[in-house]
Amino acid sequence: MGNWIINHGLSAFIVVAWMGINIFLFVYYYMFYDVGPQFEYTRELLGAALPWARAPAAVLNFNCMLILLPVCRNLLSLLRGSFMCCERTMRKQLDKNLTFHKLVAYMIALMTAVHTIAHLLNVERYSNSLAGLYGPVAGNLSMLGDSTYLNTTYLNPIRSHSTNPTLFVFTTIAGLTGVVITLALILIITSSMEVIRRSFFEVFWYTHHLFIIFFIGLVFHGAGRIVRSQQVTDPPHNHSFCEDQPENWGKIPQCPIPQFAGGFPQTWMWVIGPMIIYLCERILRFIRFMQPVSYRKIVIRPSRVLELQLVKDGFKMEVGQYVFLNCPAISRLEWHPFTMTSAPEEDFFSVHIRLAGDWTEKLIKMVENLPEGAQGPSISVDGPLGTASEDVFKYEVSMLVGAGIGVTPFASILKSIWYKFKDSNPNLRTKKIYFYWLCRETHAFEWFADLLQVLEKEMEERGMKDFLTYKLYLTGWDQSHADHAMVHFDKDTDIITGLKQKTLYGRPNWDKEFEEVRKDNPSSEVGTFLCGPQALAKVLEKKCVKYSDVDPRRTKFYFNKENF
Amino acid sequence: MGKIEWAMWANEQALAAGLIYLTGGIVGVAGQFRDWQFAAFGIAAGVFVCLLEYPRSKRSKGTSVERTGQYCFTVCVKAFGPLTSNYYVRALLHAALCVPGGFMLATVLGCVCLGIASLIYLSAAIHGEHWEPILHRKELSKRIGESIKEPPQNPPPRPPPEHRRKKADHLETAAYDNPMTVTVSE
Repeated sequence: MGNWIINHGLSAFIVVAWMGINIFLFVYYYMFYDVGPQFEYTRELLGAALPWARAPAAVLNFNCMLILLPVCRNLLSLLRGSFMCCERTMRKQLDKNLTFHKLVAYMIALMTAVHTIAHLLNVERYSNSLAGLYGPVAGNLSMLGDSTYLNTTYLNPIRSHSTNPTLFVFTTIAGLTGVVITLALILIITSSMEVIRRSFFEVFWYTHHLFIIFFIGLVFHGAGRIVRSQQVTDPPHNHSFCEDQPENWGKIPQCPIPQFAGGFPQTWMWVIGPMIIYLCERILRFIRFMQPVSYRKIVIRPSRVLELQLVKDGFKMEVGQYVFLNCPAISRLEWHPFTMTSAPEEDFFSVHIRLAGDWTEKLIKMVENLPEGAQGPSISVDGPLGTASEDVFKYEVSMLVGAGIGVTPFASILKSIWYKFKDSNPNLRTKKIYFYWLCRETHAFEWFADLLQVLEKEMEERGMKDFLTYKLYLTGWDQSHADHAMVHFDKDTDIITGLKQKTLYGRPNWDKEFEEVRKDNPSSEVGTFLCGPQALAKVLEKKCVKYSDVDPRRTKFYFNKENF
Repeated sequence: MGKIEWAMWANEQALAAGLIYLTGGIVGVAGQFRDWQFAAFGIAAGVFVCLLEYPRSKRSKGTSVERTGQYCFTVCVKAFGPLTSNYYVRALLHAALCVPGGFMLATVLGCVCLGIASLIYLSAAIHGEHWEPILHRKELSKRIGESIKEPPQNPPPRPPPEHRRKKADHLETAAYDNPMTVTVSE
């Protein structure tokens, strides 16, 4: 239990707090509409569907306020830098922004379903009340109203017998916006399913922009003031006394004709703040789009990997951060994330772009066809945007796990550690680094092996061999690999990477690795950093919990994951 | 990113539309709304669409992801041949199924969603896509060979060949094949 709290305590607390607020809002507004005397006559018409529509509405307001915040990437990196205390734990929460975004979205979907179903019933009941199907009281209440000219104090928003529920919904603000924003929401949800998002990002990305319609509709949704409450009159209208004698309303002093008014629309007050913040975010991205970026160097590496070394005024990066690149010559709308592979100590920032799809293919082709000495295609940069690996230097011992393309952030980290070491930077708390590199085939990452080779050599020269322990795991090997390795068994360097450390075949035995790290560092705080697939994240997270000790003098593992 | 397979999105959208249609239908029938017969149709159409759309198609490129337990649905849907694999047919079918939903409020959302799904399917059909079952069960059969049950013929530790001379009198119980010919008498 103690182990679990160390790793998940704050996240769990945030989720519980969020859920608590949701439950509170639901219950509070349910009771408000279920027992409130001002809704006595409204309930006469609508029954339990009234609180069932209004309680989800309150929860929706709250969640629609939250949904935009986790996707303001620049706001998040601003926050990241401004925590005074317990930064590490707080920052880790910010890395789970998309998880939270999804959580909030699920809540919105659920509440929308309840809200919509309840309102379907409400419209039907309003219509039936007017038709006199629910007895004289409901019928009379539906007929109330000052005059067709003023038309302000009525209770039943369906004012004419010639309409039907469908027509009513499509001719009122609340109904029409409700249908439109629900449709927008459904399209957003269906196109953000894992399958679509992972494989056809454009479909996901462009459909997600229906959120503009969603929020505009949401702001105006309440403006129709359809749900109406009874107003205080002088003398007051006595419910229990008058309920049974609607024929006397307005005739005896205890029962003046009840006056009704719509509730003040509240949704816009909830969402306007985040909408403005998000607008600022988009403006900031646009400004970034306009800022000039110049090339320092373009290197085309083997295996079709393109290295861009870029320079931008006022650009200050930290390790493990990423940037969004936009190349207007390919598409003005597409921003693609790339992890930076340079160290903050360098006077430029670099990205390694591997040929993986349309966009990268076009970019590489464009660069290949450049005339000698020309500047590359114009490019815009948004960022830098932060992720957890800035925290690497804050742990005494770091376990870095890179799987496949996920080694990229560690290029920056290892480089930076090297620079910090050379300058004997006092900020460097790290005493020991374990680096695990898992990949199916190393061809695409030759550049990374190059980097490791340089580091290895330099560390050896300085007698710091123990500082970095790295292990390479080749998961996609076959017999020919194995034979090859056997033949060259007694060579000093590895046959695949040319490194001193021999490549291991197959997947790591994590229990063994964690045990070893714990044994070597009996009283340290160990940060485990992963950039790789979800399945591996689950495994490592469990291992971190398993091998941590609540005793403050013993080894503790903290799990961090990069999000892509 | 590569070519977009519209059918993948159409499938998600249609499945959601089926559920929404079904829900709307249930609300309409349970609440005995005016013209609830349309809602009853909505229930039937919703269930049908869900069953039809549950098995995901194989992707033309890349890994296909199955829905949990879609195998038996896949077999059923596959049985109808071109009727279920052609996306023009699906687009038409959904377009036809969605019309009655437009006549009452409870099923309007289901109707419009299914209509949108139909349009996406139409676009998928125009792009030349078609439904293909994901059937790879047989290849995944356990291939843990027989050998695991049998003891190894030549177990370690194995001395280098030149030392592999056995004591001749234990020839029958020898644990490994001897690469060299062994004679009883020296």
